[in-house]
Amino acid sequence: MSAPMLSVENLGASYGAAQILYDLSLNVGRGEVVALMGRNGAGKTTTMKAIMGLMAQSTGKIRFDGHDISGRQPYEIARLGLGFTPEDRRIFSDLTVLENLDIGRQPPRKFSDGVPAPVWTEEKLLALFPNLGEMPNRPGGRMSGGEQQMLTVARTLMGNPLLILLDEPSEGVAPLIVELMANTILELKKAGVSILLSEQNVHFAELVSDRAYVLEKGQIQWNGTMAELAENIDIQRAYLTV
Amino acid sequence: MSFNAFLFQALNGLSAASGLFFVAAGLSLIFGVTRIVNIAHGSLYMIGTYIAYSVATKVGGAVGFWGGIVLTALLVALIGAAIEILLLRRIYRAPELFQLLATFALVLVINDATLWIWGPEDLLGPRAPGLTGSIEVLGRRLPTYDIFLIFVGPFVLWMLHLALAKTRFGRLMRAATQDREMVGALGVNQAMLFTGVFALGALLAGLGGALQIAREPATLATDLIVIGDAFVVVVVGGMGSISGAYLAAVIIAEVKALCIGLGVVNFGGFTVNFSKLTLVAEFLVMAAVLIARPYGLLGREQVAVRSVAEPEEPLRPATPATKIAGLILLVVLVCLPLIAKSSPYTLVLGIDVLIAVLFATSLHFIMGPGGMHSFGHAAYFGLGAYGAALLVKWFAAPMGLALAAAPVLALVGALLFGWFAVRLSGVYLAMLTLAFAQIVWAAVFQWETLTGGSNGVLGIWPSAPFDTRGPFYFLTLALAALGVLLLRKFLFAPFGYAMRAGRDSPLRAEAIGLDVKRVHWLAFAIAGAVCGIAGGLFAFAKGSISPETIGVSRSIDGLVMVLLGGIQTLTGPIVGASVYAVLQDFMMRSTEYWRALLGGIILLLVLAFPSGIVGGFVKLISRRNTTSKAAS
Repeated sequence: MSAPMLSVENLGASYGAAQILYDLSLNVGRGEVVALMGRNGAGKTTTMKAIMGLMAQSTGKIRFDGHDISGRQPYEIARLGLGFTPEDRRIFSDLTVLENLDIGRQPPRKFSDGVPAPVWTEEKLLALFPNLGEMPNRPGGRMSGGEQQMLTVARTLMGNPLLILLDEPSEGVAPLIVELMANTILELKKAGVSILLSEQNVHFAELVSDRAYVLEKGQIQWNGTMAELAENIDIQRAYLTV
Repeated sequence: MSFNAFLFQALNGLSAASGLFFVAAGLSLIFGVTRIVNIAHGSLYMIGTYIAYSVATKVGGAVGFWGGIVLTALLVALIGAAIEILLLRRIYRAPELFQLLATFALVLVINDATLWIWGPEDLLGPRAPGLTGSIEVLGRRLPTYDIFLIFVGPFVLWMLHLALAKTRFGRLMRAATQDREMVGALGVNQAMLFTGVFALGALLAGLGGALQIAREPATLATDLIVIGDAFVVVVVGGMGSISGAYLAAVIIAEVKALCIGLGVVNFGGFTVNFSKLTLVAEFLVMAAVLIARPYGLLGREQVAVRSVAEPEEPLRPATPATKIAGLILLVVLVCLPLIAKSSPYTLVLGIDVLIAVLFATSLHFIMGPGGMHSFGHAAYFGLGAYGAALLVKWFAAPMGLALAAAPVLALVGALLFGWFAVRLSGVYLAMLTLAFAQIVWAAVFQWETLTGGSNGVLGIWPSAPFDTRGPFYFLTLALAALGVLLLRKFLFAPFGYAMRAGRDSPLRAEAIGLDVKRVHWLAFAIAGAVCGIAGGLFAFAKGSISPETIGVSRSIDGLVMVLLGGIQTLTGPIVGASVYAVLQDFMMRSTEYWRALLGGIILLLVLAFPSGIVGGFVKLISRRNTTSKAAS
């Protein structure tokens, strides 16, 4: 197998005096969908923030598409083609749908081997998420949770990412939206985009993921293929079910 | 006053509103995106007046005047960008208050640089070519330039709206105002954005300044006057709202114009000179708005800012080493009169330093553990000082009584102002406390019959046995030490825990049964009372008290002292006050440009120790400890 798209080695991260992540290593191959599974507070969001350069205190080595991104600024990381959709969506509520998309806009890019990455435009995205297409001028603050979830994904796609850190896309949205999110992930995978997906729900992860890492107390407790995890009731019981 | 005269004053107010709006809009935009309250914004305005004056007089004619205005705006924008790149960019991760300190240092530096380049005289610019006439409005003559200004304000407002809505830069600014971290995660280089916003804000300030030269002379006092007005406008209008800034600028300018228009009015025996109430009126409007609409007329409640700074460390009780050091310090201070026999000035300075320590420690009490960033601590200093001085002046009270009354009056003031202040937080609280301090200042300044107005109260000398320097020094030392220890006691009592709990998480503190507002209100009152003692001592130490000693600059001195020492440590304010008082004294005696020197030193300290002198020291030690542990 060629070098992974994203490789994380011995990642540690803290908030003030409280250490959240310990010696965490994982990787995501090109075109792969990898699930980062764990309960609330296990460290999924912190992992993603640390990869994105959003944690003030973090240690370890992170490589992305051939670049060392440890300690780099978030905007530099984003400009290399790493997209981030936060769990709390962080829509700009004063800005309209189209304006939100515009903030995420970046030029088209290529993988390091010269293959062009999928290019997204407003038209494509509004077609991919028809709900958004119906409200291009609505301010982000007056949208439902599900609509905001679509918008945050679409906004990240405007940056034509090579890999997306997708933090709990199925959390707190209606079943219809969950289904839409699953289809979107499969669509992205087909287009060649890699995804690191954080998730609590095994059924959702099973629909879309190739492999999985199980996280608890800031450490990787298990990793394997998604199919193995789906069958491994013990691991699920120990680390996932509430 | 006739109705026509009333309307005429209203027109006057509208033309004054434009200049105010430019500065306030710039300040508001910069705050929105970078979360920096740029105290130096008035200084940028001031530079604008001077540069425009120079271009207008050197080049001359219509090109010099109108071209000069454009050139000035661009030059000031460049200066703003340079400030952002060279200074502020390095301290975005520092605590918010540190950034304030840095911009305040800039005020000092820019003021002295202006003095150096243009000299101390007021400079009156030429009249605007093409707009020198006046037209008759409502039976009076209104200069055409004023009419021009009336229209420039709304025009710029409209342009700004277009820029914010229709350009990518404008959209980025709006997005970053809400969540700048997310904007960064989407690939936007914040540094470029911040530089751009700073340049735009500076451009507006420079424009505002340049447009003023045809109306008012360029003077060195402009910076603090303008920033005071701009704060009021931004807070009344709502932080980050451009339309709010215009609305508020109009309201404030109108209220002032009306006060001047009303002049002396007789209320059944009482005569009130309204033209002398402009300052009080301005700040009363602000206080009223903040109480009724805490986030300004068109502002919205700020989303909790995602802080990039580290969380506050818990306070630790003094270690034996600290206690011993404190004791040694006290012994040295007690022995100071012996050491100082040869140079009597040492005691004068010693008294100044001790008063500064008491002042700064009381401010730190509410700023650090209370989390209430008061910008108006001079109010309680002033109440104490004037309380003591007026008792001596009007009732020939003995010093003991006057000194005892000082904290009482300050306490009453702090209870009154604090009741309103604790209902707000963050920048809004800072601005409200500033408004209260300005009201105290303006009342003292304008109530001549009671306070002697700008002359102040003279002849407040200590009575025996404290009428010589040595004994008065001991009295000051005793009161300062008592005050500091008392405040420390409070912090490690359950009351202090409640205070810190309320600061760190108001919601959780309320949920466990603490009345956070009440606790903070009491803290505010305690700090005010202790500060009043400092004020009383100050009046007796100097033998006089005047409005200028209790103005904005004293509040800012206090902030600088606390921040220099480091807000998260208890010894911080003591060290900060001492260093600052000694530095200021030393520099005032050694150079005419002491402000620039002081500002320069503050800037260096801010860049070198982003957590204060003591904070930096503590970090250094703990880092050494961890490395030595790791090595062993």
